[in-house]
Amino acid sequence: MNKLDRPITLPIEDIIEEAQDIKSFVFRHKFNAKPGQFILLWIPNVNEKPFGVSYQDKEKFMITVCKVGKATEVLHKMKKGDLVGIRGPYGTNFELEGKNIVLVGGGYGTAPLFFLANQTKKRNVNVDFIIGAKSEKFLIFRDKIRKLKIKLHITTDDGTCGEKCFTTDVLEKLLNQKKIDIVYGCGPELMLKKLVDICKVKNIPSQISLERYIKCGMGICGQCCVDPLGLRMCKEGPVISGKVACKIFEFGKYKRDASGKKINI
Amino acid sequence: MENLNITTKICGVKLNNPTVLASGILGVTASSLIKVAKKGAGAVTTKSIGLKERKGSRGPILLEFRGGLINAVGLSNPGIEESLKEINLFKSKSKIPIIASIFAPTKKEFGQVAKKVSEAGPDFIEVNISCPNVESEFGKPFAKDIKLAAKVTEEVKKNTKIPVIVKLSPNVDDIKSLALAVESAGADCISAINTVGPGMIIDIKTAKPVLSNKVGGVSGPAIKPIAVRCIFDIYEAVKIPIIGIGGILTGQDAIEMIMAGASAIGIGSAVYYRGIDVFKKICQEIRKFMKENNYENLEQMIGKAHG
Ligand SMILES: Cc1cc2nc3c(=O)[nH]c(=O)nc-3n(C[C@H](O)[C@H](O)[C@H](O)COP(=O)(O)OP(=O)(O)OC[C@H]3O[C@@H](n4cnc5c(N)ncnc54)[C@H](O)[C@@H]3O)c2cc1C
Ligand SMILES: Cc1cc2nc3c(=O)[nH]c(=O)nc-3n(C[C@H](O)[C@H](O)[C@H](O)COP(=O)(O)O)c2cc1C
Ligand code: FES
Repeated sequence: MNKLDRPITLPIEDIIEEAQDIKSFVFRHKFNAKPGQFILLWIPNVNEKPFGVSYQDKEKFMITVCKVGKATEVLHKMKKGDLVGIRGPYGTNFELEGKNIVLVGGGYGTAPLFFLANQTKKRNVNVDFIIGAKSEKFLIFRDKIRKLKIKLHITTDDGTCGEKCFTTDVLEKLLNQKKIDIVYGCGPELMLKKLVDICKVKNIPSQISLERYIKCGMGICGQCCVDPLGLRMCKEGPVISGKVACKIFEFGKYKRDASGKKINI
Repeated sequence: MENLNITTKICGVKLNNPTVLASGILGVTASSLIKVAKKGAGAVTTKSIGLKERKGSRGPILLEFRGGLINAVGLSNPGIEESLKEINLFKSKSKIPIIASIFAPTKKEFGQVAKKVSEAGPDFIEVNISCPNVESEFGKPFAKDIKLAAKVTEEVKKNTKIPVIVKLSPNVDDIKSLALAVESAGADCISAINTVGPGMIIDIKTAKPVLSNKVGGVSGPAIKPIAVRCIFDIYEAVKIPIIGIGGILTGQDAIEMIMAGASAIGIGSAVYYRGIDVFKKICQEIRKFMKENNYENLEQMIGKAHG
């Protein structure tokens, strides 16, 4: 089956501690997600929540989850062999374009971009991967990215690892130094806003992943729609072009919660 | 084919075509409703609005099964004040009629929500007395009790001058008497059906119901024959117009519903099966059928399956 709109139940095959409060969960299942697409993960008796796919091969796939609330806390306590439900993949994906690309990942946003970086292996693409976190202990995927033999740039807010600055500061520097065809971003919304603004000024295409409250993932409930275009971030998103992002006036300003009420970003 | 008349009228309000976006589908924000209007819907319905903010059920809230969908969204909504802003915004951007769907846990609160929502001046108020997903919290839906259904209708009518649609549940013994009771209580229009059930899906590996609410309302192709029968029965019982909802995916389905007695048809689950363009597609299919079968307007087909 290509797509599942009700969960199939799988045991957690492996759990990897990536950083403080961030763990990856591996499942043995032939999945056909593309980088940037997400799954809905059902934790029986708890909730169902969206997570981007961070790795995939012929027999396995992985998600990388940051502990932020009730459902992710329960997931972090689960053990190998515990059963969860998976449905998807959902949404749009990052499209590889151009020869010289930059990936910008903030926090757990590095995870889906790592999946994208993996796909550049087979192609002749020059990749600069900028990853950032508040502090060294929250940085993920350093070694995994190094193994791909692509240029890695690290930033932390407190300077405990790499440069003490924001990922977007490094991005600006890179764009000033060399010719870049496209920039990909995933991470906190204010970082993405900055990224899109920088790329707009430099007239460089960008693709970002915009998270909105997901309930059904099937394009029906309308919970994930953005103003004023009414695009559904579970269908026409989460990956959108910088051009489209510029037309979404709530981008970087507000989003809606589970009730539909606006909350400031 | 374009000159075929597929306009319809509900309580004096003209719809460019008979397709109406059903409540709870893409109806959380004005932006989303405007998009659906641009995609060709004849009218749109908001997600059901209550007095106070509700986050709804935990996930999963919607699942697919062979034959349809099952949902337990749990009447999430941002509360009346935020909802008014969305209706106002829609009205300032679109000329397509908008139906404000409302729900409440008590008769009195139905009146309050109706009064408040009227401030935004929607073209209709749809009274959702038929949601099967919140029974554990709200008790059984008002639509299951003929007297209560009539009382809620009266209360809403007392609190608004806007035409009132009462949305009925198929999960009742005698839908004719129910329809007649709400008509006598002042309803200007009936919409039917809300979801069937509730139903349940169990995951056999974990041996657990999958919907967090355990049970949910069934919609989509599986419920169409039930919906058509309900409309057929309601048409025999009342004189007020009917919006036929339930399992409509194609123009043929729509015509079946119209022949059972519907003046307009609601589209919900079809958005999942055929995309947001489903409104245009259904209209084209209706026109094609009319041309091939020598109908000039919808009126010639409304209720044609009777007698
Ligand atoms: C397309 C997409 C991809 C995502 N990918 C990842 C990922 O790869 N790794 C990761 O750690 N997190 C990811 N998230 C965020 C993740 O879904 C939330 O962190 C998770 O739902 C929190 O649930 P909770 O019960 O632990 O926290 P809660 O206490 O319920 O919420 C904490 C915060 O998480 C967000 N959130 C909660 N529920 C949802 C929901 N249903 N949809 C969207 N956001 C929600 C809200 O901002 C909320 O304030 C993604 C979100 C989206 C929309
Ligand atoms: C996800 C979902 C949410 C719904 N929410 C509401 C709602 O808030 N109020 C309401 O009156 N009906 C609601 N319904 C019922 C629909 O409006 C409609 O009556 C039903 O789905 C049958 O039509 P369909 O088969 O075309 O989907 C909902 C249906 C679905 C699938
Ligand atoms: S999450 Fe339901 S429409 Fe996107």
